[in-house]
Amino acid sequence: MSGLSGLWVYLAASPLLWLTATLAAYVLADRVSAACGRHPLANPVLLAVGLLAAVLLTTGTPYPTYFQGAQFVHFLLGPATVALAVPLWRNRREVAQALLPLLAALLAGSVTAVVSAVGIAWAFGAPAPVLAAIAPKSVTAAIAMGVASQLGGDPALTATLVISTGILGAMMAWPLLGALGVRDPAARGFAAGLAAHGIGTARAFQADPVAGSFAGIAMGLNGVVTAAIVPVVLRLFGL
Amino acid sequence: MLGALLLLLGCQLAGEIAAGASGLPVPGPVLGMALLFGLLVLRERLRPLAPPPDKTALGPLVTALLVNLSLLFVPAGTGVVQQGPVLLQNGPGLLVALLVSTALTLAVTGWVFMAVARWVRR
Repeated sequence: MSGLSGLWVYLAASPLLWLTATLAAYVLADRVSAACGRHPLANPVLLAVGLLAAVLLTTGTPYPTYFQGAQFVHFLLGPATVALAVPLWRNRREVAQALLPLLAALLAGSVTAVVSAVGIAWAFGAPAPVLAAIAPKSVTAAIAMGVASQLGGDPALTATLVISTGILGAMMAWPLLGALGVRDPAARGFAAGLAAHGIGTARAFQADPVAGSFAGIAMGLNGVVTAAIVPVVLRLFGL
Repeated sequence: MLGALLLLLGCQLAGEIAAGASGLPVPGPVLGMALLFGLLVLRERLRPLAPPPDKTALGPLVTALLVNLSLLFVPAGTGVVQQGPVLLQNGPGLLVALLVSTALTLAVTGWVFMAVARWVRR
């Protein structure tokens, strides 16, 4: 028994175990999502995060130990963002044709995302650091963490709020936009990428390649616009 | 395959350097995406007969990354285990803010896009 626990102590501190666990949790979550016919509620990120969180809490593994292994997966977010240039290039004609609606939706969407998130959290009495953490919730994690920490928000809390937003947005996007009569794949994808960054973009690619490309553009542009407007909005709330 | 990986990492690195040097609040990978897009456009102009990027090693690599894009958010998402105290204190407010704000953002963005597209077509 002491041999087994010795092995656990050794493996639990190694990157191999937590990298493998991350991949295993996602493969399992993706199978469950496929078995549920890709129902929006069976979101693979939500299922995988829930499973891993349960494992970390029951084994008493600190998050930094887990992240030593998981960082190899996390690192690929950067190259994957660069890779979005390829579907963007493939759909360059559609994008050029939709330039005006794209810019109008970008401005309206960015302002809505920041003002409504800060306004509601403020109404619930959230303190200033929490408001700074939730303000950039719709943009991709790397940008959001940078924006929040410049304004006194905790980057780790920001990451949690960003991923939660992505999961919620990916779940809601298709049913909600369908109910509102937004059927154009470009408009749907752009909304999903703007409101729910990479997780919304992944959802859009699942539905349609044109939707996925517009989601990728929305994610990139919203990162830039949000970084510019968050300080202004927080000042309006007296922070 | 290695050449394609080098292209992605090289664009990201150039983007990080440009973001750091300019002091703009734009993240390096987003600038890297813009750079790669520019390179693809330039390549088409300069060598119109070259095979499209999908027919090169870049195609399968990009597909592999983007098909599994959801996986890449799992490590950061698992960070929720560290947020117990904040979530206990502000949980309901944060949940309502995330739900309502995300739904509102989706609706406004999708609706404005569609409305302006219709207006332009007229």
